[in-house]
Amino acid sequence: MNQKSGIFDMIGPIMIGPSSSHTAGVVKIANVAYKILGGQPDEAVITFYNSFARTYEGHGSDKAVLGGLLGFATDDERIRNSPQIAQEQGMKYTYKAVGNASTLHPNTIKLELTKNNKRIEIIGESRGGGLINIASYNGFRADFTAQLPTLIIEALDIKGSIAFIAQVLAQDDCNIATMNVSRKAKHDIACHFIEMDTALENITIQYLLHLKWIHNIIYLTPIT
Amino acid sequence: MSVLFDNFRAWQQYCEQHNLPLYVPVLEYEREQKGNSEEFVWQGLARAYQVMKEAVQTGLTQDMRSRSGMINNGAKKVFHHPLNVLSQEFKEMISSALAAKEVNSCMGRIVAAPTAGASGILPGILTNLQKIHRLSDRKILEGLLVAAGIALIIEQNASLAGAVGGCQAETGSAAAMGAGAIVYCLGGSITQVFNAVAITIQCMLGLVCDPVAGLVEVPCVVRNASAAAIAYSSAQIALADVSSVIPVDECVQAMGEIGQSMETRYKETALGGLAATPTGQQIAQKVLIQDIEILNEE
Ligand code: SF4
Repeated sequence: MNQKSGIFDMIGPIMIGPSSSHTAGVVKIANVAYKILGGQPDEAVITFYNSFARTYEGHGSDKAVLGGLLGFATDDERIRNSPQIAQEQGMKYTYKAVGNASTLHPNTIKLELTKNNKRIEIIGESRGGGLINIASYNGFRADFTAQLPTLIIEALDIKGSIAFIAQVLAQDDCNIATMNVSRKAKHDIACHFIEMDTALENITIQYLLHLKWIHNIIYLTPIT
Repeated sequence: MSVLFDNFRAWQQYCEQHNLPLYVPVLEYEREQKGNSEEFVWQGLARAYQVMKEAVQTGLTQDMRSRSGMINNGAKKVFHHPLNVLSQEFKEMISSALAAKEVNSCMGRIVAAPTAGASGILPGILTNLQKIHRLSDRKILEGLLVAAGIALIIEQNASLAGAVGGCQAETGSAAAMGAGAIVYCLGGSITQVFNAVAITIQCMLGLVCDPVAGLVEVPCVVRNASAAAIAYSSAQIALADVSSVIPVDECVQAMGEIGQSMETRYKETALGGLAATPTGQQIAQKVLIQDIEILNEE
């Protein structure tokens, strides 16, 4: 998707400094996790990789990630005080730094989060200019940018499932921009990551969710 | 009617043919590319300008110390210094640019224009331009649109990112945007506006990106002040009808060519220039996290 820049890419974004890849991008990755989890985690283990590993404190990425996990947007001034706010709200967190994960993008973060009994793991890449890529979700290869309405569907890996889902979305007049399906083994659970040009009706999601072979659906609105 | 100018010449021709001010095709571009209404654009610009003004104010009034300690309330010191090397206005302009950029380094709210590293330049230029010449907000917002048009063309033909084109791409582009906006707001002709852009680029060519410890602090903060000063000097030159000799499109080409041939140690990697000096490395030792796990990869 090679979208042309607009004037608010030149005069903007409005954000918390110091750098779009170290703060804005990091906040967005954590925002995705916040939305998938349905709120702030009780406990977070945050791992900074590669180039992030040495610079995350100096650039304030540690505060940015907590801000994002608390649900703050990229231009929220509370980000600067996010460690205190997290503490006040009883959110536990630990940081790790890993230097040389050569298979990962230079600016990568892993978030291992728990809330009540739910546990998720997200790996995100901050790709510069505030753009992000969610590289994986719970071990499934994901690759979505969170710039468009996105569906994450966990379903049994049965014949025709991909075509069926695409059909249902088309009925809702929804154009698919990108679609990735990843699974751990044949006939195991498959995870569909679908980016769409327009928003979905709730009823479409409800319909899909009520099918027996679909186990779970997460619908993400774009993150700005 | 599709208005997709990808160089300065086409932009100028279009405006002259249709007898339009420079900002109009930028507005049309945004409407067509992004489907944004005119009202949405003006509101967005007003909000951006508001945040710029607030950043200047914050930097001049609140405690601005960065975590590394390298940034320590410099803007306020300059602003309150009794001796004016040139004039009160010059001093205020320089301190405003420093102030907004210090806010960025200290995790405050800024407008990346075009990038976060260059976020002090347009605030420093525009807030003082408005004050000195008593310009309306509307004029300043038109100037911002002209600045956005300038950046769009530079992005297409060179780069705006320090990691791709060195600091000339970041602070150099912001200065070029600012110079164009100044001349536009003061009623200069299109040729004069583009001469100001060209002259500014000529002054910023070759500047490398060499941030100490990889942080957007040193030399970034002082470069925001110098870039704003260069924008003003170029505007002063261009308004007097002094030609840039090399046309603006060719200056942008030169910037792209220099950016491409620049070694990677001068592109935000913190491996060359100021970052590689003994003091720069000492600071890096202190602020960078040393306690990191190294994987045993097979
Ligand atoms: S030195 Fe590099 S990081 Fe600093 S302002 Fe210039 S381009 Fe940005």
